[in-house]
Amino acid sequence: MDFNDTPQEAEFRKKVRSFLEANAEKRSTLAAKPKGDSGSSISSAGAPETVKGEDAAKVALDNAKEWQRKKADAGFAAILWPKEFGGYGGTPIEQVIYAQEEHDYFVHSGYFEIGIGMLGPTMMAWGKDEDKKRFLPKMITGEEIWCQLFSEPSAGSDLAGIRMKAEKDGDEWVLNGQKVWTSGAHFADYGMIVARSDPTALKHKGLTYFYVDMKTPGIEAKPIKQISGSANFNEVFFNDVRIPDSQRIGAEGDGWKVSLTTLMNERLAVGDPPGLDFDQIFEASKEIEVEDGLAVKNSEVRQKMADWYIQSRGLQYTKYRSMTALSKGQTPGPELSISKLVTASKMQDVSSYALDLMDMSGMVHQDQNPILKNLFQNGYFFSAAMRIAGGTDEVLRNIIAERVLGLPQDERSDKKLPFNELPSGKN
Amino acid sequence: MNFDFSDDQKLLRDQARKFLQDKCDRKSVRSILEDNQKNYDADLWSQISELGWTGTAIPEEYGGLGLGMLELCVIAEELGRALAPTPFSSSIYIFAEFLKSYGTDEQKKKYLPHIASGEKIGTFALSETNGKPKPNNIKTQHASGKLNGSKNPVSDGESADYIIVAANSDSNSNYNSLSLFIIDRNDPGLNISNLDTIDPTRPACTVDLKNVACERLGDEGSGWEMIDNILNRAAVLFSFEQVGGAQVSLDEAKKYSLERFAFGKQIGAFQALKHKMADMYVKIELARSNAYYGAWALSTDSNELPIAAAGARVSASEAYNYASQENIQIHGGVGFTWEYDCHLFYRRSKLLSLNIGSIRQWKENLISNLEKRNIV
Repeated sequence: MDFNDTPQEAEFRKKVRSFLEANAEKRSTLAAKPKGDSGSSISSAGAPETVKGEDAAKVALDNAKEWQRKKADAGFAAILWPKEFGGYGGTPIEQVIYAQEEHDYFVHSGYFEIGIGMLGPTMMAWGKDEDKKRFLPKMITGEEIWCQLFSEPSAGSDLAGIRMKAEKDGDEWVLNGQKVWTSGAHFADYGMIVARSDPTALKHKGLTYFYVDMKTPGIEAKPIKQISGSANFNEVFFNDVRIPDSQRIGAEGDGWKVSLTTLMNERLAVGDPPGLDFDQIFEASKEIEVEDGLAVKNSEVRQKMADWYIQSRGLQYTKYRSMTALSKGQTPGPELSISKLVTASKMQDVSSYALDLMDMSGMVHQDQNPILKNLFQNGYFFSAAMRIAGGTDEVLRNIIAERVLGLPQDERSDKKLPFNELPSGKN
Repeated sequence: MNFDFSDDQKLLRDQARKFLQDKCDRKSVRSILEDNQKNYDADLWSQISELGWTGTAIPEEYGGLGLGMLELCVIAEELGRALAPTPFSSSIYIFAEFLKSYGTDEQKKKYLPHIASGEKIGTFALSETNGKPKPNNIKTQHASGKLNGSKNPVSDGESADYIIVAANSDSNSNYNSLSLFIIDRNDPGLNISNLDTIDPTRPACTVDLKNVACERLGDEGSGWEMIDNILNRAAVLFSFEQVGGAQVSLDEAKKYSLERFAFGKQIGAFQALKHKMADMYVKIELARSNAYYGAWALSTDSNELPIAAAGARVSASEAYNYASQENIQIHGGVGFTWEYDCHLFYRRSKLLSLNIGSIRQWKENLISNLEKRNIV
């Protein structure tokens, strides 16, 4: 039992380190810690950090693109992709090693993660050769950014309940409807979309998968302001959007199958668990006074902090176990679902408890707040979203129960009826 | 990254599991539970001793197998799964570890071969009263080579041949007054009376000491320091036992939920139960990972041991308590009958979480060690 790399892994890590040292700025350990309300911490989001004003957003995007270009030139932009599409042809453990090392630097890869991690592999599996040749290289270099148009107002946890209409008109398809929770739709160049092409078929059979140019007339993205105040997601409206049949990926009616490829490629949970954690409240407890002195000396506070410590480190060591499996060429299964389930609730508990410790000053939510600059106020809002985004607590528990423990699937009333006969509460 | 047990260690685990399925079934656990005269399963004890388990981590020169602490962790998990009614933890995790770390060569030669062979049993006597043992509530006194006082509860005291006793060796009662002494069970000044416990397969007793002859273990006045260290080592091993028991609690809850039908379907198909079992799984996985980290710290003599051990201990205690309690809940009415096995785990989990100090104490240990590390 040890934490050492194999010789090949060590070699790879050395290469990554020398690339990063030469090309990026290292975070100081202190600044690296509090990540607060950063959209990139949501597992499937990959949106930029909250930025104020359009100029700041543009600068951040330009910087990210410049970084992506360097990464692509060095071969590290898509470690799991085969070499023929510009990837590194690497292994999952190499991907993890790269992510670990990059985590220590001030760089942003969030804009490109959905494309490289999920949409690119979908195109590789199902797309036409000419599309692969045209789109994949620019996806890697960051010249073109992609977004994933899946969720809808009435298709969240129940993703196959998609209602976006796709109607065939000669050689074209006409899209009408609304998508929601789309990260990066406002700056993406292209998107991949699932729509209902046959409402009279069974729910999972009537879907078709396409890619769209986000500048096509009739597409409009509107940012959604979250309770945290930031806007990392969009609603995207489709009004008589006409796209050629050549933009279909997979056969008509195969949209669900193709979507599963996208979803299976959810990026491996790597790096440190995001956001607020034991370390932050432990530091804060040394500054906050409670009834009998410093919070860190209060027995109730210590008991609570110990709970968060074992959760936090338990997840970290679970990740080491997964990495060990990866390193031996095994595939970690859905047991990785526990990471977000535990992290999100822990963050909500930690931030809510920290506000309590601050007593009246916990009410204050502005930059002057002396305790770790609003960290806990931000976490209080962000954690509520985190328990829902990328799979709700309840969906994750179902995944663990069914796929890890092998318990029976929920009984469903939506598998036997044509989609347009399903109860929706709206008919 | 190689954060896992080796193939040889996994082989040992498979063999131990198979052996215990055969030799330590629920019937034999119950035979100890239901018989007031028996403190442990003597047949099982002699068989696991013959297999060398008791000597796993004792050096060859003192009669052991000279394997490492990781192998002992593997065995501990299996003993926990099987609810083995033996004094293994008292004799091996604690008594043998005290001797290995602090015994003189002469003491090691005198005691360890008998402990390794399982022919003698050792234990440790610290507590004297309700609540956490600390300087102001340890009254047992050492003077002129004799011990006087009373210890309660002492795990496996009735079965023990040797007991390490914590006693004040000067007239103060502070953190530098405590020393450790080894006594022999056959001393005429010793009076042992049995105590009922919440898990009668893990017995305890009161040990009264009247002018009992003893020999000192380790330096005079360094008792608390030695205790901290050995209980940290034991905590990692206990955490593996606890993870083992927690896993079986979940497995049995799951099995029952698939056999039992209500409202026209398997009760395991209801989300309320699925989510409960998912929560059990999450706590157990986190506990297992924390235990692995403890095992790493233990096997490499890392400075991280106090933190790793406390993390493993808290995580495993909470996971097992939760899993055994919700196992009863998932079984419904039959879950609280004597006939079903749920209570065996419910008893064992709580007893193990108290045996070397409560969750509360270990959480406090964890945070105070994190504070110390921060200052360094």
